[in-house]
Amino acid sequence: MATVPADLKYSKSHEWVKMEGEIAVIGITDHAQAELGDITYLDLPEPGRILAADSLFGEVESVKAVSELFSPVSGEVVETNSEITSATELVNEDPYGKGWLIKVRLSSTEDLASLLDAADYEKFADEGGH
Amino acid sequence: MDTILRQTPLYAAHLHLKARMVEFAGWAMPVLYTGILEEARAVRNGAGMFDISHMGRIQVEGEGATALLQHLTSNDVSALKPSEAQYSLLTNPSGGIIDDIIVYRQGEETYLVVINASNTDKDLTWIAEHNSGGVRVVNETAETAMIAVQGPQAPAIVARIAGQPSLLELGRFHYETGEIGGGTATFCRTGYTGEDGFELIVPAETAEKVWQLFLDAGVMACGLGARDALRIEAGYPLYGHEIDDTTNPVEAGLMWAVKIDKPDFIGRESITSAKSSPALRRLVGLSTQERLQPRQGYTIYVGEEPVGEVTSGIFSPTRGTSIAMGYVAARYARTGTQVEIGIRDRRAKATVVPKKNLLA
Repeated sequence: MATVPADLKYSKSHEWVKMEGEIAVIGITDHAQAELGDITYLDLPEPGRILAADSLFGEVESVKAVSELFSPVSGEVVETNSEITSATELVNEDPYGKGWLIKVRLSSTEDLASLLDAADYEKFADEGGH
Repeated sequence: MDTILRQTPLYAAHLHLKARMVEFAGWAMPVLYTGILEEARAVRNGAGMFDISHMGRIQVEGEGATALLQHLTSNDVSALKPSEAQYSLLTNPSGGIIDDIIVYRQGEETYLVVINASNTDKDLTWIAEHNSGGVRVVNETAETAMIAVQGPQAPAIVARIAGQPSLLELGRFHYETGEIGGGTATFCRTGYTGEDGFELIVPAETAEKVWQLFLDAGVMACGLGARDALRIEAGYPLYGHEIDDTTNPVEAGLMWAVKIDKPDFIGRESITSAKSSPALRRLVGLSTQERLQPRQGYTIYVGEEPVGEVTSGIFSPTRGTSIAMGYVAARYARTGTQVEIGIRDRRAKATVVPKKNLLA
């Protein structure tokens, strides 16, 4: 039932990646936001922070639970979505659009190869993967 | 973990609404239908309803019923007239709170006692241990359903659907019997949300019909998530959070439900001495300007000194910032005291406020 856009890459920790040139836009999937429920707080890194693939980059909190965010790629944070920290509902309403979290300039494209495509992620999420 | 969960008479109705079901006190209960924030706001702005059929409903009747309840509970049941209910506590000899309950007086020696689902077995055992006079104590939970309809529009909707305009005149903690959805009903002007409304007890057989009538009238189905958010906003305690067998009514701020001068009841001496001794800690409200949510067990600080612990916290759907309740050392319990709450690796500034003013 959750939306899984075909043109994105996905991590098993339920982040999505969209490549725009050498910049990776990262957010959480529709499946993830639905599992969390109403999101009330986001802790996101400042621009300039260097992230390794699979490293912790932030935290998302809903009324029900706290969940950690892991970077699907390696690189430098170049932008954080400043609009959503006070309008966290955008992550629930539009997880692949206005609810994006951070933009990262890739230091390596190798990480992308290990990410799931839409079909594999959909299968993973449907099986209750986590 | 494969225990079979109990189902309320509204279980099928919850599945039909695609509720997210969770285990709560051995029951399969809806935690949310569409979203906790939306559901909580519906109760504040219009009307919402909750399936609270999991709560224990215990009939206590026969000669000696009044004396038994006077001995077991902290409030004064003799002050109740038939058609009235009261909030009360079951207390143990150390003054600890076994459960918080609502006692409905139905006759001279006839009562209905509504208790927490998580405490049903414990309470029944406790009552039985003290029932030397052979008072009839019957667990009627399975025979009935209980639905709370809450919100500024709730009284008018309930009165209209029941065709019982007198309900609008009913005082708080008063109840009336009548009919709704083709069956009998008890309508009590009570709730756990801080809003006006009713808690209805109906036969299990007509529960689905009653639920559907309210849905058709635009009442939003609300889950346990919204119920918890609303009760925290209202500053109401929840067993297992603000109160338990080791907390006493003095520190929990529940002395309004303790009639210390009534004839003897279990725990009276301990509560009296707790009252006159300098209280070690107090339950307070904590108001923040943050979105980070304090949760049960988080430490409350003044500077670097730990001064207490959060019992419940939530991102307030009504305020749009986080609020909490917690116990602090008595000297930090004064309204306006500035404290900090340790939230994982961060600190959130909070102000001590009266529990009743968490939404102010």
